Amino acid sequence: MLRFILRRLFQSLLVLGVVFTATFFLIRLKPGDPFAGEKAMPASVRAQMEKRYGLDLPVWKQYFVHAASFARGDLLPSLRYEGMPNAKIIADSFPVSLVIGLSALTVALGVGLPAGIIAALRKNTWLDYSAMSLAMLGICLPTFVMGPVLQWIFALKLGWLNVAGWFERSDWILPSATMGLIYAAYIARLTRGGMLEVLNQDFIRTARAKGVPGRQIVLGHALRGGLLPVVAFLGPAFAGITTGSFIIEKIFQLPGLGQHFVGSVFNSDYTLVQATTVFYAALLVLINLGTDILQAWLNPRVRLT
Amino acid sequence: MSAVSLPPTATLSRGRSLRQDAWARLRQNRLAMACGTVLIGIVLLCYVGPLFCSHTIEAQNLDQGATPPSAEHWFGTDEAGRDLLVRVLTGGQVSLNVGALATLVSLIIGVAYGATAGYLGGRADSVMMRVVDVLYSLPFMVFVILLTVAFGRSMMLLYLAIGAVEWLTMARIVRAGVQAQARQEFVEAARSLGLSDSRIIFRHIVPNVLGPVIVYTTLTVPAVMLLEAALSFLGLGVQPPQSSWGSLIDQGAKSMETYPWLLGIPAGFFSLTLFCFNFVGDGLRDAIDVKSGKD
Repeated sequence: MLRFILRRLFQSLLVLGVVFTATFFLIRLKPGDPFAGEKAMPASVRAQMEKRYGLDLPVWKQYFVHAASFARGDLLPSLRYEGMPNAKIIADSFPVSLVIGLSALTVALGVGLPAGIIAALRKNTWLDYSAMSLAMLGICLPTFVMGPVLQWIFALKLGWLNVAGWFERSDWILPSATMGLIYAAYIARLTRGGMLEVLNQDFIRTARAKGVPGRQIVLGHALRGGLLPVVAFLGPAFAGITTGSFIIEKIFQLPGLGQHFVGSVFNSDYTLVQATTVFYAALLVLINLGTDILQAWLNPRVRLT
Repeated sequence: MSAVSLPPTATLSRGRSLRQDAWARLRQNRLAMACGTVLIGIVLLCYVGPLFCSHTIEAQNLDQGATPPSAEHWFGTDEAGRDLLVRVLTGGQVSLNVGALATLVSLIIGVAYGATAGYLGGRADSVMMRVVDVLYSLPFMVFVILLTVAFGRSMMLLYLAIGAVEWLTMARIVRAGVQAQARQEFVEAARSLGLSDSRIIFRHIVPNVLGPVIVYTTLTVPAVMLLEAALSFLGLGVQPPQSSWGSLIDQGAKSMETYPWLLGIPAGFFSLTLFCFNFVGDGLRDAIDVKSGKD
């Protein structure tokens, strides 16, 4: 187990190196440069700025300078927000994305799991059909349709919540509901499939024959196995929720990391792009490791090697 | 009269291929068939419809501004007075093109990569699949965005960029199928005839794993369309005056309070298309791959 974790962490370092390299060169292929603002900059000031941030060096030299400081854990200052360390930008904005992501995941599990379990237990009844049709609808409604629709109903028509922004405590409700309901649809489908597979197995029949109460069979025996596909999906889901925050944050005008990432790409803010991408990659690596361990714990047949 | 009790010889001599079986099963799935019909209708409408429209996507009428659906403009007009019907239909062409081309790119890369890994086996296979595992763990959307900005705003490159990051699951599916086939006798026979490896892979093995590939392809198209729409929504996809369903939804969402049809109509078309693709894909899975059917 420990060996597994250590080896995976070592692999992750390689992955982060590749991510850094790819990002470094991809963003420099984009036309435009970080100082191309509305105001034209005098050539001398520009040369000064380029010198200060090391942009006057040849690209391969810049690569090694940046790689060395990222390896030390120094994410460099942003080029656009002068003098602001990228680490601070991430530390300020990521909590917003995280709060939205975690509450969306809670919504997704809170709605998706019960819906999937009920659909599996009442297979081929109207309950099953309506739950699964709703789930399909959730899969087909993209966040950028669901979001405006929810805004329209709950903010514009009913006036219960703010349309957008991040000022009041209730402002997290609409974004997390938008994202959560869409993931709930996937989770409901996976739960139903997983539960159906387990409920048909011999040990469930044995438990029924022994007279174990139905509730205990479902919650105690079937759920653990039936949840495996859901757990396998949680990694990609959480990854999608954190990186999918680009769209949610744009719809609801939230000051999260996604907005900064998209903004930095538009502005050619090279160091901020590098910092956010490496941060996202590191986050995903840790989440994947976590779900692998969770899966091994739930399913003894999965061996971590 | 004893001959009457025998089944007609025609049905005895003509067996039913697996493909015919699958088609018969698909035909019985009413929902999938209905979705398939709607899908064909939408595709025809998007490609043929604009030819019969009297309006163009650029023609503006700023005095008129946004008007609700009427006899003159069936879907109404947007704030610049442009006809929404023709914009939705041509936008659909863009979205469907992206879906088809990016899926094709991912299909080619995924099948070639997965089949090679599965056929070679051993060390080469484990290295190749490790690479896929690593790519899986990357922040996918981040790289789509970076690829899109790095290679300019050309639509062709947008397709390629999306296809280039969508092939991973396809490679896994093909590899699993090929691995199961590669040890079989007909492959041995082909090899003893002296056929080259690439010929064995693509002419003899790949046709046997097409079932799951077709199913996954049907499910990739809506995924890709969703991705393109998301990019357009972020302002990274198609540029005006061209429109795709994603960019129309983006514009519609900005003015939904006053002109709800500008959001509702494109969003409706887009969601209906995704809905149909997903149901056709599910139906195909049940029809082709009997094992994974809903019991």
